[in-house]
Amino acid sequence: MKPLAPISNTARLGLGILFFVFFFAAWGYATLGGYVSKTFLADPLTMIEEGWLLLTKHGFIGDIGITIWRVVGGFVLAALVAIPVGILMGAYKPIEAFFEPFVSFARYLPASAFIPLLILWAGLGELQKLLVIFIGSVFQIVLMVAVTVSSVRRDLIEAAMTLGARDRGILTRVLIPASAPEIAEILRLVLGWAWTYVIVAELIGSSSGIGHMITDSQALLATGQIIFGIIVIGVIGLISDFLFKWGNRHLFPWSLA
Amino acid sequence: MDNVSRIFAGARRRAPTRALEPTNLTVLDNDFVTILGPSGCGKSTLLRLVAGLDQPTTGQIILNGIPVSEPGPDRGMVFQSYTLFPWLTVADNIAFGLREKGVPAPRRTTVVREWLVRIGLVSFEDHYPKQLSGGMQQRTAIARSLANDPAILLLDEPFGALDNQTRALMQELLLDIWERERKTVLFVTHDIEEAIFLASRVVVMTARPGRIKADVAIDLPHPRHYTIKTSPEFSVLKARLTEEIRAEVVLADTADRAS
Repeated sequence: MKPLAPISNTARLGLGILFFVFFFAAWGYATLGGYVSKTFLADPLTMIEEGWLLLTKHGFIGDIGITIWRVVGGFVLAALVAIPVGILMGAYKPIEAFFEPFVSFARYLPASAFIPLLILWAGLGELQKLLVIFIGSVFQIVLMVAVTVSSVRRDLIEAAMTLGARDRGILTRVLIPASAPEIAEILRLVLGWAWTYVIVAELIGSSSGIGHMITDSQALLATGQIIFGIIVIGVIGLISDFLFKWGNRHLFPWSLA
Repeated sequence: MDNVSRIFAGARRRAPTRALEPTNLTVLDNDFVTILGPSGCGKSTLLRLVAGLDQPTTGQIILNGIPVSEPGPDRGMVFQSYTLFPWLTVADNIAFGLREKGVPAPRRTTVVREWLVRIGLVSFEDHYPKQLSGGMQQRTAIARSLANDPAILLLDEPFGALDNQTRALMQELLLDIWERERKTVLFVTHDIEEAIFLASRVVVMTARPGRIKADVAIDLPHPRHYTIKTSPEFSVLKARLTEEIRAEVVLADTADRAS
């Protein structure tokens, strides 16, 4: 091995799969070999069996659907509010001076700590779940978008000015298109975080969703179901990530080449 | 005979670092003026003042009788760094200023087409800047500025980042365009040969504080061919300007060591 030397795609794929194989082998060895009690950790086969039962008998598909809906709903609301605010903050210094201190403070407020309060305000319904995601995402997106927009190359803005672009033109024809790929990248990143918020929201005071299933399984000591739930979240996260990357590649071909 | 005369009266600047001493420079219509000087002599500052990207501390710049206060499409600028908009194709980059002006689409297409032909990039019209070489990018940047039909074209060491061969080709291309369009051009460079080859007038600037030291008319005939660079007249001019610049560089160097 040489530092930074590239490898072929086949080798990359093979090595990636190899780790999963090791992982499941170690897990299987520990559980099926009897080194870890079944009460605490189910073996891979039980996990798959229980997962299959969850999907076919217990309507887990519905739970998955509702969780996805919550994440996407809360996340879209956050993006709709945060992107315009972030762009304006990045472009106009007075607006930045107005919002930045509060947003910087608010981003460190843990979304999960709001859950008891949100339950008081919004009850146990869907609105409360959406609000958790919203609070967890909105401040992060605002700040990152603002930084991206304000760091657009100065010489591009100057070039636009010497070509006759006015304030509005600079905003809509330089700042926004120049930061669009990075904004999409920010959304991809924050969507990943939104997944952790939704599960926390569902662990407390919920009657549906993946997080709720996990709490239920804990009461039944069904560790196979818990692990299956966690893996499902991972897989969905991976798929959404992939979709985002694929979308960005097609939306912004100029940023790659 | 031509009532359009351009007067750059006292483009001045005084700051903690005195980048540009009170300077008077008059550029006539259709003139190709190169500003030659060592790095840090304030030649780029001067250009940015004319572009309106920077405000003079004292004095004012007047273009066609109107004082310059902010950047505008009447003063096209080509930068040393590659400033094509990476999200636009070559054609859309050239059309940027026209769109900003509200020129209707069919007319835009015609103008863009003409410029693509002139810079020899017709087959690259749908390419993104990242897919182009440095020389191609700067050609597009020149076309982007000229498509706007500015009163004056400002170039800030536009070929500074290019290799020697490309640089020579670009000089010929620019000269060719100028010979045809007769635009007023202000071209900043630290390359003596480039300054002489392109210009009808070379303005030599001194280093720190920046001020104009010499103003040399270049009456080499047009159209100029690259072979002119080896002619005796060219060599005489080059020797003279080399002396002027050398004195400056030595001065700047001693000043640096003293401080």
